[in-house]
Amino acid sequence: MDFAFTPEHEELRQTVRRFLQDRSDEATVRRLMVTEEGFDRATWAQLAEQLGLTALIVPEEFGGSGLGPVELAITMEEMGRTLFCAPYFSTAVLATSVLREAASDAARQELLPAIAAGKKIVAVAWAESPGIWEPADVRLKAQHGRRGWTLTGEKTAVIDGQTADEILVVARTREGLSLFRVSGSADGLQREALPTLDLTRKLARVRFQKTPAECIAASADVEAQLQRAFLLGLVALAAEQAGGAQQCLDMSTQHAKTRWQFGRPIGSFQAIKHRCADMLVAVEFAKSAAYHAAFRAAEGDAGELDAAARMAKSYCSDAFFQVANDTIQVHGGMGFTWEHPAHLYFKRAKSSALLFGDPVHHRDKLAAIIGV
Amino acid sequence: MSQYRPMTEEELRERVRKLKAEYNPDRVDMFTFRGAQYDHGLAWVHFPEGYGGLGINPKMQAIVADELRKGVETVYDDLAINPIGIGMGAPTLMTYGSDELKRALLRKCFTGEEIWCQLFSEPGAGSDVAGLATRAVRDGDDWVVNGQKVWTTLAHVAKWGLLVARTNPDVPKHEGLSYFLLDMHSPGVEVRPLYQITGEAEFNEVFLNDVRIPHRYMLGQEGQGWQVAITTLMNERTALGGGSTQKGGGPIQVLMQLWNARPPKRHAPAEAAVLRDRITRLYIESELLRLTALRARAMMRAGNPGPEGSVGKLAQAELYKKIWECGMDVLGEEALVYEPGYALRRPAHEERRDKVLLAKYQFLRSRANSIEGGTSEIMRNILGERVLGLPGEPRTDKGIPWKDIPRGG
Ligand SMILES: Cc1cc2nc3c(=O)[nH]c(=O)nc-3n(C[C@H](O)[C@H](O)[C@H](O)COP(=O)(O)OP(=O)(O)OC[C@H]3O[C@@H](n4cnc5c(N)ncnc54)[C@H](O)[C@@H]3O)c2cc1C
Repeated sequence: MDFAFTPEHEELRQTVRRFLQDRSDEATVRRLMVTEEGFDRATWAQLAEQLGLTALIVPEEFGGSGLGPVELAITMEEMGRTLFCAPYFSTAVLATSVLREAASDAARQELLPAIAAGKKIVAVAWAESPGIWEPADVRLKAQHGRRGWTLTGEKTAVIDGQTADEILVVARTREGLSLFRVSGSADGLQREALPTLDLTRKLARVRFQKTPAECIAASADVEAQLQRAFLLGLVALAAEQAGGAQQCLDMSTQHAKTRWQFGRPIGSFQAIKHRCADMLVAVEFAKSAAYHAAFRAAEGDAGELDAAARMAKSYCSDAFFQVANDTIQVHGGMGFTWEHPAHLYFKRAKSSALLFGDPVHHRDKLAAIIGV
Repeated sequence: MSQYRPMTEEELRERVRKLKAEYNPDRVDMFTFRGAQYDHGLAWVHFPEGYGGLGINPKMQAIVADELRKGVETVYDDLAINPIGIGMGAPTLMTYGSDELKRALLRKCFTGEEIWCQLFSEPGAGSDVAGLATRAVRDGDDWVVNGQKVWTTLAHVAKWGLLVARTNPDVPKHEGLSYFLLDMHSPGVEVRPLYQITGEAEFNEVFLNDVRIPHRYMLGQEGQGWQVAITTLMNERTALGGGSTQKGGGPIQVLMQLWNARPPKRHAPAEAAVLRDRITRLYIESELLRLTALRARAMMRAGNPGPEGSVGKLAQAELYKKIWECGMDVLGEEALVYEPGYALRRPAHEERRDKVLLAKYQFLRSRANSIEGGTSEIMRNILGERVLGLPGEPRTDKGIPWKDIPRGG
């Protein structure tokens, strides 16, 4: 059923929220976002050991909690609220989903317990310029030689690609789409941290020059499996966007109540009040979209998930951007300063909107699904 | 913790099946069928027994609707049958009416034998309903009412009117109001059609000249009219903001059908791409309107619509306008012809139309979506103030007796 959150879900939300209030306050975000690694190893360890969040969607047989998309969405939504700086999305969401859905048992056995324990950062490389996000569009080729597989080519916008201990690479072989595993210290691997619009999420360009790689998934089903992992990534990202949008609305409302001009709080001016009301509608719709997609993902119906995930990613992208944009306006000059957090959300909003395919891209796919 | 009687889904479904076995909606007429539905407690399941309900959780109404749909041709849309009576009148009557009134009125309200209308707005009081001027003066066991109402939907076919009138002009505006049920066939009630942007007259001016209303037709206490009116308005907004309950149903379905019936060929490729993206956006918003209503319902404490309904009212009004605007752009030059023209007429109560005609009609009709039942501006005020807790407007009429409040021309 839609939106049937349980008391356990509520508890998870509260736990994550309390943790982040503590460990991901604005000052911490600002401190971490200008470091090279972009996250705090001690917090990461706590997140894994005390909260078990890195193990959230890792199956129980690999040392995880075996939870699903709904719990993941709740966690991502809370992380989105505070712009939590950590390789959570790359490792605990994308890499875990890719491994869970597509990888060989051996690879799962080696990587998933380490991820669950918070001991390994794993990035997923599938985007290629220009505008190649969907697994089906991947072009990078893998060659099989005397000493096994090698990769040659380039991936971009690899989240946490710079710090990852391992990189999972989506590439093509003669048989079709396959998944490869590359060690962070492999020969012929060149990683370049990209200067990013959004400082709170690190991106890298990764170049492969005859880089040795281990093939961990090559069956005929890999494309469909990777597609499912991709869609789960969209769902998680949409939830994160909904959380960011909610935080922006809260900041704006708070400000509108306390900032006075012309002898009254600015929130009593309709130009501001009405803008906030429109933000509220966008935020409520974004949550509906993200939760709906998460529940569809949990049900495991591939067709339903395809539509729901694309709907969520395109709507939440637009909504978060609009709300972040309005947040700057409501805050006036203060909203334009580096000191105020509005710009951090604004940048996160635009960068998340463009990651993994922009709203128009997903609407184009959705249009085909719904027969428009 | 629930005040509702427990009942399993299966028991309820069985009850609906029994009703359909005794009264097949494809064979008996509407009044008979809906009367039986009422008697079986399946009209408003959360109402008490004897009043069209079973005293069970209102969420279960969806199960009734689902089961009613099975295996029959005839499915009645409550809101089309008696929108104001069923959507707003019944809950208000349930909350504030005497047992005698409930017994006398609820059944015929549900069957549609007696249509209801809402006599709130006046020429001088639309958004500011509490500023209304229609006077009711006590005379023995009756109230004598004088004044003018306007934009009264369905007044021409209505048997009952939800009427708010001023019973005390010497106190601030919200305090001097009382709420009545008016028999629209009473002497002194005059209904005149008002023609609209579409050429039709769904709504009316209503003149009230020395109309007598027995005191027992007052809902709530004297002077409590505003609180009672709030119940009506809250229910109105919930009724107006739920979107379609079917996935991909409602206006967006019509738009998609129009688009698919007209190959994009007739549009230049760039134009087709833009229209396609617009339609997909509107599809997403339609879905989210539906899903947000489901979410609100899942969260709402049963029976008491809160301000969450207002998100739906605002969003739906703006969305439906955009959908029908897009419909015109899909139709292109075909939209330039407006059949059957603007011959002034009163619409039949339940009318089904051809999709193309519907789209052109709705393009005009949907302009009212952001006005009727509270304008989008008023909805934004409500969301801003009641949901987000933003400060209210500076008030120039606060604490002032109604009769001393300045009025425009
Ligand atoms: C199709 C239709 C059916 C209707 N049916 C009924 C009915 O059955 N019964 C009934 O009682 N009424 C009915 N109405 C009336 C409807 O409720 C009013 O039209 C509505 O509440 C707006 O009031 P008004 O028309 O007086 O506009 P006004 O209140 O004069 O508003 C004019 C403009 O000013 C804006 N405005 C007003 N106050 C504020 C404010 N505080 N802040 C910001 N902007 C403001 C409005 O948003 C609007 O844009 C119907 C209206 C329509 C269009």
